[in-house]
Amino acid sequence: MRPFQYTRAPSLAEASDMTAGEDTLAIAGGTNLLDLMKLQVETPGQLADINRLGIADVEDTDDGGLRLGALATNTETAVHQRVRADYPVLSRAILAGATQQLRNKATNGGNLCQRTRCFYFTNIDQPCNKREPGTGCGAIDGIAKLHAVLGTSDQCIATYPGDMAVALSALGATVQISGDKGERSVPVRDFHLLPGDTPWIENVLEAGEIITGITLPPPVGGTQIYRKVRERSSYAFALVSVAAIVELKDGKFSRADLAFGGLAHKPWHDPRVGEALLGQPPSDALFDKAANILLEDARGFGENDFKIPLTRRTLHAVLVQATEKAA
Amino acid sequence: MADTITVNGTAYPMPDDPRVSLLDFLRQHIGLTGTKKGCDHGQCGACTVIVNGIRINSCLTLAAMHDGDSVTTIEGLGTPEEPSALQRAFLEHDGFQCGYCTPGQICSATAMLEELAADWPSDASESLEGRIAISGEEIRERMSGNLCRCGAYANIVAAIEEVAGGGRS
Ligand SMILES: Cc1cc2nc3c(=O)[nH]c(=O)nc-3n(C[C@H](O)[C@H](O)[C@H](O)COP(=O)(O)OP(=O)(O)OC[C@H]3O[C@@H](n4cnc5c(N)ncnc54)[C@H](O)[C@@H]3O)c2cc1C
Ligand code: SF4
Ligand code: FES
Ligand code: FES
Repeated sequence: MRPFQYTRAPSLAEASDMTAGEDTLAIAGGTNLLDLMKLQVETPGQLADINRLGIADVEDTDDGGLRLGALATNTETAVHQRVRADYPVLSRAILAGATQQLRNKATNGGNLCQRTRCFYFTNIDQPCNKREPGTGCGAIDGIAKLHAVLGTSDQCIATYPGDMAVALSALGATVQISGDKGERSVPVRDFHLLPGDTPWIENVLEAGEIITGITLPPPVGGTQIYRKVRERSSYAFALVSVAAIVELKDGKFSRADLAFGGLAHKPWHDPRVGEALLGQPPSDALFDKAANILLEDARGFGENDFKIPLTRRTLHAVLVQATEKAA
Repeated sequence: MADTITVNGTAYPMPDDPRVSLLDFLRQHIGLTGTKKGCDHGQCGACTVIVNGIRINSCLTLAAMHDGDSVTTIEGLGTPEEPSALQRAFLEHDGFQCGYCTPGQICSATAMLEELAADWPSDASESLEGRIAISGEEIRERMSGNLCRCGAYANIVAAIEEVAGGGRS
């Protein structure tokens, strides 16, 4: 690890001031940042410790929703009584990620900002436009098993690797952000960005902006499922994942909020997929139609071609399971 | 701001260099080498310790972030004369071969029993609510953050199952 200065930010405002500088990064749980600092993928001159700023609570909102503090751990969130009862897809998504030890340290804000697991990104001897703009993308013609099939660019085909944000996307949660220009809220669905020509810009946070919390809308009920397909049954990142909130009325879909992990540089939410289901009775033909819409523009890069049929089958399995439960 | 870290009941001064991980602090600064370094990247669990009652990977956290915290390592759980229930069960069930992963396994399992007692669900739990039914499947999922290169898993699960089952009504 390169030498750095460690400072505990005394207040949110000072944390913003500190991280507004190029050379300073916020540290929360540290489970992603320290990993990358050991690999010299990240080389900050200063760390601003944002733990102990009083943004770690999980609390009810006035409209019956729930606010998850950015510094609440993934575990505190997943085991919270209200998350378990009212937002089960979120508990399930968090519990499907990493391990208990990591979730105990990982925070909600850090989880949103975690970087890709692309092998070229994490190996400083390899070309990577995200880590070192202009050096090329090693993965496009290389080892691309984990990589994206939707929303890629010729600059970068990396995925956002997290699970929690996929459930947050299906739930329609919003991210609260604080910076020197004040506070703002951004829908989780708009928080992460596609790589385009600037793959090093991964989300909408500007210099000096700190995530303070995530707000869940009032509970919608329904059947909630998080299905994660991975290479071993625990302790592995998703190849493909589906977060689904589904409801049937009189044998027809009255709700179908779907988001997908492992497919793109962000949790993938295509409103047309759910819309295709609404008002229709479940059937294999309908599920195929939804998958066709989702995967219309999907493109593999050799090693990850399997993700396209795998996504189709996983979506199908989730919809079968959800409609059996909901019926 | 406290300027010490308490490890197994003893307070130690914080390291000067902020780069020191909690793992290196335990092993190299205060000589508690029971906690092991496998991968140094959160991928194996050999470095698992219990901080303020919660199990974490000590390789992915800075000692500097733990002033005022209370850390328990394998050395704090029992002694050869008076092993903890899990330490004894690992011996009785041959829950190890080379032993390198064992301190992490036992620290992890120690905290896991508290999580079970609090009915925290896992990815293997049928329901997110109510009492957790202890099973081999639950234990394997909850212990999946602790790899064993010797593959002593069957006996590790048996040792934990004995202790976990014993305390349950
Ligand atoms: C072996 C391993 C397996 C894993 N498996 C999974 C998995 O299956 N699924 C999954 O979802 N995740 C997985 N993870 C990733 C893990 O969930 C993340 O490392 C964790 O959520 C990051 O949170 P943190 O608080 O530790 O972030 P940190 O490491 O502290 O920070 C990460 C980044 O976020 C920034 N940041 C943190 N908090 C804020 C904030 N409030 N505002 C602005 N910026 C902020 C930091 O500056 C840094 O750039 C795994 C990790 C490891 C090591
Ligand atoms: S896919 Fe993106 S992160 Fe991976 S090598 Fe290419 S540019 Fe870098
Ligand atoms: S040494 Fe910490 S997880 Fe491997
Ligand atoms: S006993 Fe050898 S690594 Fe587990």
